[in-house]
Amino acid sequence: MGYELFGLPLIYYLAMVAKVIVVFVFLIFTVAYATYAERKIIGRIQVRHGPMITGWHGLLQPIADGIKLFFKEEIAHMQASKFIFFLAPFMAVVPAYAAFAVIPFGDTVEIAGYRIPLQIAAYYDTALGKVVDVNVGVLYVLAMSSLGVYGIVLAGWASNSKYSLLGGLRSAAQMISYELAASFALVAVFMLSQSLSLDKIVADQAGLFGWYIWKQPLAFGLFCICAVAETNRTPFDLPEAESELVAGFSTEYSSMKYAMFFMAEYANMVTVSAVAATFFLGGWHGPFPSVINFIAKIYFFMFCFIWIRATYPRYRYDQLMGLGWKLFLPLALANVVATGIAVIL
Amino acid sequence: MANKETMTLNMGPQHPSTHGVLRLIVELDGEVIQKLTPDIGFLHRGVEKLAEHRTYHQIIPLTDRLDYLAPMHNNLGYVLAVEKLLGIEVPERAKTVRVIMAELTRLKSHLLWLACHALDIGAMTVFIYCFREREKIMDIYERISGARMTTNFFRIGGLSRDLYAGFDEDVRKIVAEFPAHFDTYEGLLTENTIWLQRTVGNGVISAEDAIDFGMTGPVLRGSGVDWDLRRDDPYSGYENYTFKVPVGEKCDTFDRYKVRLIEMREALNIIGQALDSLKPGPVLADAPKVCYPPKEAVYNTIEGLIHHFKIASEGFPVPEGEVYQGVENPKGELGYYIVSDGSAKPYRMRIRPPSFVNLQAIEKMCKGAMIADLVAVIGSLDIVLGEIDR
Repeated sequence: MGYELFGLPLIYYLAMVAKVIVVFVFLIFTVAYATYAERKIIGRIQVRHGPMITGWHGLLQPIADGIKLFFKEEIAHMQASKFIFFLAPFMAVVPAYAAFAVIPFGDTVEIAGYRIPLQIAAYYDTALGKVVDVNVGVLYVLAMSSLGVYGIVLAGWASNSKYSLLGGLRSAAQMISYELAASFALVAVFMLSQSLSLDKIVADQAGLFGWYIWKQPLAFGLFCICAVAETNRTPFDLPEAESELVAGFSTEYSSMKYAMFFMAEYANMVTVSAVAATFFLGGWHGPFPSVINFIAKIYFFMFCFIWIRATYPRYRYDQLMGLGWKLFLPLALANVVATGIAVIL
Repeated sequence: MANKETMTLNMGPQHPSTHGVLRLIVELDGEVIQKLTPDIGFLHRGVEKLAEHRTYHQIIPLTDRLDYLAPMHNNLGYVLAVEKLLGIEVPERAKTVRVIMAELTRLKSHLLWLACHALDIGAMTVFIYCFREREKIMDIYERISGARMTTNFFRIGGLSRDLYAGFDEDVRKIVAEFPAHFDTYEGLLTENTIWLQRTVGNGVISAEDAIDFGMTGPVLRGSGVDWDLRRDDPYSGYENYTFKVPVGEKCDTFDRYKVRLIEMREALNIIGQALDSLKPGPVLADAPKVCYPPKEAVYNTIEGLIHHFKIASEGFPVPEGEVYQGVENPKGELGYYIVSDGSAKPYRMRIRPPSFVNLQAIEKMCKGAMIADLVAVIGSLDIVLGEIDR
């Protein structure tokens, strides 16, 4: 059976590295072209073209933007708290990507006689005959999405600028309001699946009518709204509300550091889309090859994000908090209780 | 809370939603506004003083640059004031065209207001839609006067030139098409819960306060005061048209928004009536000492040449006296107060800019509200800094 390491075939480790690389490249690509798609789709909605000059129909625009931002001067103004100012963009961008480690993006595939699950932090245990993944995957996802906000809060604080500070404060308030409701929405799902492992949750949703969206429509709705709030997208884009706070937490940022916040925002969109697809829309289940199904679902959510941005005005900060605490949290709790009763019965 | 510090935030003059170069010094407790001081003057060009050194005709282009979103209306107020002083009767056709252009200007100005107001509150699609419609009015501007912003189209005694062929069709097309566009805006905003939450009950100013502050225009009408110069002190033949004057009830941002939307529909109504009554005829008064002669007269007759030379080089004397003319600008009552000492240049010209007067109330409207409300209130006041600073 070839070489082994810690009791597992070496090819498992190679597969894991390969999966990391493939998923990371996919994410980078999606994030880059999400900006393009956003400009194109919103352009179409707003009766204009969007980028048209760089490449055919502006297809090279994200690359041009990336190169431009990369070569811009790094500015950290005198008053900034330097170390945290540099740390914050990383704090924002890393968790957004890291959350993907536990999300199953496809069925197991067979390569050279080994079965490889398409989920980064997982392997196929031949003795047990099933996929072994992180058994607290849900918690890991929630933890990562909570970590992302630290980047924004720290950026707002370290910039030592008033607009940034207000943006950071808003962000903190917004996150604590919506994390809870989003988490409780997910609680209802893993009460049904009786497991915190994402692989199990997806496996439970085989077939169109096995999707949890049918069993948990309220939780799905709540999670989607909270997802928009958590990714700081319109109508909840308060931390960077352009017309109020100039650019909010990222006012003082330039060059790659700014680009990283940008990447974090879009990577977060991809991640919450993936989470929503995994929990409610049956993960990789569907009519096409498993990976395609999953990507299609992610892109569907991404499109909705963009569509909402083109349609809705922005909430006010206190209205948003009220919505989170007074409406969504009680609804999510009631949903959990109702699900609990249903499960026991 | 023993030790309560406030934060002073300097909003503007470079800020995305202070509509030009308004600077607001805001004292914040968290995000709640404790104190608000507008600081103006960044766009001061001294229009009133400049006017004292120009002949009466040369002042018209200056007025374009007051409220640069409603140039024709600014021209109108000024030429009406001078005509009143001179006692010139303007031909019927010129009067009607002035009304059409003034109402198109109102549409144009309100469209830009709606665009920016919506963008301030975060609805960016409405912004682009409004600009698309505004562009059609700009095209008419361009064809009629050669310029899109600073039109300089009206003259003392009439218009600078007659309408182009096809003007009637262009404007009728606007009258026919625009109501559907307004429905789209209302669909995106009036029926949107978030929009309602942001605007209803925000930036309230009572009718008494509005009158005390001297507010005019849609802001005053939004507070429930039924006052419109076009109806109550008609000029340029406005008495010949029937139109509704919308009035708000709750005195908030939403009512001001609603009033302006209805005004846009009423503007179309007035334009339709004016187009129906438009008859061929001269567009310049028969006053050779005041109005420039037509070009063929300048080239072919000695009188024409002399008149042209005299008016262009030294202007024309205006009888001694004082005059005030107010017009219902899209933003409120724009007034020109001109004092003439009998020479070819005004002794003093005072402009009453509606935005300047309306802006005074901003602290009253925003105290205790949040930054997001402040942005909505600035949008609903519809200020233009070109006019405030003059």
